[in-house]
Amino acid sequence: MSVAKPVNQRAWWLVLPVLVSVAFSALIPLMTVVNYSVQDILSPSQSVFVGWEWYKEVLRDPELHSALFRQLIFSAAVLAIQIPLGIALALSMPKEGWRSSLVLVLLAMPLLVPWNVVGTIWQIFARADIGLLGYVLTQLGFDYNYAQEPWDAWITVLVMDVWHWTPLVALLAFAGLRAIPEAYYQAARIDGASRWAVFRYVQLPKLRSVLMIAVLLRLMDSFMIYTEPFVLTGGGPGTATTFLSQYLTQKAVGQFDLGPAAAFSLVYFLIILLLCFVLYNFMKSVGAGEQQARSA
Amino acid sequence: MDLLSWMAWTAPVAIFFVCIALMLIGMTIWELRSPTVPRKGLLPLVTTRGDRLFIGLLLAAYINLAWTGVTDLTQWWGAMLGAVGLVCVMRWG
Amino acid sequence: MSARSFPGRRILLVLYLVFTLAPIYWLGHMSLRSNEAITGAFAWFPESFSLANYIGILTDPSWYDGYINSIVYVTINTVLSVTIALPAAYAFSRYSFLGDKHLFFWLLTNRMTAPAVFLLPFFQLYTALGLIDTHIAVALAHMVFNVPLAVWILEGFISGVPREIDETAYIDGYSFPRFFIRILLPLIKAGIGVTAFFCFMFSWVELLLARTLTSVDAKPIAATMTRTVSAAGMDWGTLAAAGVLTIVPGALVIYFVRRYIAKGFAMGRV
Repeated sequence: MSVAKPVNQRAWWLVLPVLVSVAFSALIPLMTVVNYSVQDILSPSQSVFVGWEWYKEVLRDPELHSALFRQLIFSAAVLAIQIPLGIALALSMPKEGWRSSLVLVLLAMPLLVPWNVVGTIWQIFARADIGLLGYVLTQLGFDYNYAQEPWDAWITVLVMDVWHWTPLVALLAFAGLRAIPEAYYQAARIDGASRWAVFRYVQLPKLRSVLMIAVLLRLMDSFMIYTEPFVLTGGGPGTATTFLSQYLTQKAVGQFDLGPAAAFSLVYFLIILLLCFVLYNFMKSVGAGEQQARSA
Repeated sequence: MDLLSWMAWTAPVAIFFVCIALMLIGMTIWELRSPTVPRKGLLPLVTTRGDRLFIGLLLAAYINLAWTGVTDLTQWWGAMLGAVGLVCVMRWG
Repeated sequence: MSARSFPGRRILLVLYLVFTLAPIYWLGHMSLRSNEAITGAFAWFPESFSLANYIGILTDPSWYDGYINSIVYVTINTVLSVTIALPAAYAFSRYSFLGDKHLFFWLLTNRMTAPAVFLLPFFQLYTALGLIDTHIAVALAHMVFNVPLAVWILEGFISGVPREIDETAYIDGYSFPRFFIRILLPLIKAGIGVTAFFCFMFSWVELLLARTLTSVDAKPIAATMTRTVSAAGMDWGTLAAAGVLTIVPGALVIYFVRRYIAKGFAMGRV
């Protein structure tokens, strides 16, 4: 273990630019949203103080409950598929040479597609009449139509998200794997460790910190997914793919209920905050436990 | 320039943010006077004073939301309960 | 066989690459066909190579201005984010100071605010400052989620540089800025490359904030796409061609940073 970091309060000066720039664009809008959430905004210049009214309304809204439920299922599915798949991909990527570069570039392509274009790509790709996926599925005898069948739509959005974001997990995990010194593998070979043992006791612990980045990013971003399903399904059919952000936007923009929408987004923020806080501390404690186990 | 009017300030929200700011300043002064010792209390993780304040505030927010969502009684009780939760976490967490 | 491999890895990789490329192939396929051909009959390969859709985009300023705008604000954002994140990452990596852990977590929470409602305050804030419809407004707004990420990634890289290097430099009489620029930066080149890549990526793909804060002069390409599509019914061919063109800058960037990514992210943290 390294020595504890020296205490130096002057380090604050180094952090100050970050603090100011982020606070400027984060705190001012946040305060404004809190203000919105306790008022009935009739027009930009006219509003009435209503106290807790919107929170009461939002918290008892059955549609919000079902949107939250759908959201939790979706985010859980996203993590359950993308994290193992990403690790598996990272393990199977070539390690050196032009093949490695080629695979990296190809794999990372979906990450660099603007989010609405992701929706457009899948719209074109999955349509039964002009899309490759839809056409093939129909030819194979499946009754597939993401625009009308709720289940098809849900699966399509999930597959689209897997397509879009698994490369991020794979890139992070690949980079993490590359940072493991060869000596670790040699030691494992001398011990006659099985492939699984190498993964479990050499690779996985070393991947912990990059996986923490990957899990938190995926949790936060999947929890706020908006643009891609908006373009692909518009939240439909019915409410099959109306996740929290879709519902929120319908409220804020569609109905211009700014007050309830603001209350909603603060509740939303608190939910993500709690989830991330718990996960962050859980992953840190797992890591600390493993480090203790190794030094013991 | 109406730099402030568009933020739609209301007195309760302003008081709320001032309280948060005062709390942060208070914690800073306290920390400078007597630095915190990380400890393991009732919570399943080692915490410093600042961690406990954050957890306490989060808990208070959730208690308030639960109060609003479940009962029709006045919010003051919820707020009180939240404050009690905050103090408990700070003291024993 | 190396200890790192597992059975079936080639198959998994090939299948996944097919999965990744199929939608992109289809986009390219569509972009080469006319609208009549697209809606007319299904075809696995383009019947003829027609660049009409691309020519339409590249000769129309309302289209290609969008690309230039996007590239300008993404570049400003990337440069600013990495520049201010570097000293902060160094501070988090080397020193402990009052509230450091809480500050770090707070930075991360800024990725957690759902945009829908925050769009209006953002709009009003930048209007009040007179920055609306400028590249700098979008660049500043995107810093909310890019700076925390940049600090997070760079902190990992700087922690990978042994602290003895700092100490030796100070003993040798280096001032802090000189040490930072002459010694530390070259050591974490890979980290800066990776960080810049991520800043570029998240700024390039974001649409909601960029669209809200701009109207004409700084309008991003992604926003141009949404407008044109709804106006002209479904112009699949042009839409697909524009989609292909939005992937090109990203593909170039990832090609240039591929070595850095391969070299290892968060080398110190791991």
